[in-house]
Amino acid sequence: MVIIAPSIMILGDIRDLLHAAVLARGEDMGMEIERAYCADLMSDVLAFSISNSLLITGLTNTQVIRTAEVATIKAIVFIQNKRPDIQTISLADEKKIPLLVTDLSMFDTCGLLFEKGLRSCSGLEF
Amino acid sequence: MSSSEGVFFLTGKDFKNAGAASSSLKGILEGMGIPVAVIRRVSIAAFEAEMNAIIYAVAGMMSYSITPEMIKIRVQDMGPGIENIELAMKEGYSTAPDYIREMGFGSGMGLPNIKKNADHLTVNSLAGEGTTVEFSINLSPAEATSKA
Repeated sequence: MVIIAPSIMILGDIRDLLHAAVLARGEDMGMEIERAYCADLMSDVLAFSISNSLLITGLTNTQVIRTAEVATIKAIVFIQNKRPDIQTISLADEKKIPLLVTDLSMFDTCGLLFEKGLRSCSGLEF
Repeated sequence: MSSSEGVFFLTGKDFKNAGAASSSLKGILEGMGIPVAVIRRVSIAAFEAEMNAIIYAVAGMMSYSITPEMIKIRVQDMGPGIENIELAMKEGYSTAPDYIREMGFGSGMGLPNIKKNADHLTVNSLAGEGTTVEFSINLSPAEATSKA
């Protein structure tokens, strides 16, 4: 196994890599992302994510934004073109949490980011 | 640091505003200059307790008390009560209906997650009457970073 040092990615580069559309906080695309966590279970996000990570999820309700806020998630990518409603987008805007949406599946999204050197919240390095 | 206390009222099944109380609490803590790692622990525990009340109860209230030594949160609800608290404390044990799981909650991590983030937790429940979850997080410098 080749061990690669984890990379920091710029949110704008993540957007380009995933061919994602920006739904909120387009001005924050210069943000640095160090870690990522993916889940549809918000309690898992609350239990296992770490501060300042990127959340990748297929869930689009307002609780995702509330979860991100309390868990200090930096930005959110919605997969498989799952688009949140305007209420969710407004809340993200208010809480200054950038939102991206990609057509890609959860697996492909995570795979592409992993390939670029982004790593999870587990602390494990590969 | 000054002290502060207050109450938020929670409405059962009001998922539109679910999390608003914890969000307001987070804002209050930020305004008081509490360390960010402590704020994260308080906010996560408060949010889990708030979601529990909103998912299971008709109504509830979240009260908080912040002193230079400690942050205390109490979430009291008028809900069905927890039949077996020991079971409810187990990771993955849940009685939540499917529509709650579809919202991303009810995976049986709520109480364990509160326990993980709090320095002290007590859960009191009476079937048919309701549940009271009380937890505290210490603010003395050594304790404040111990679980971050």
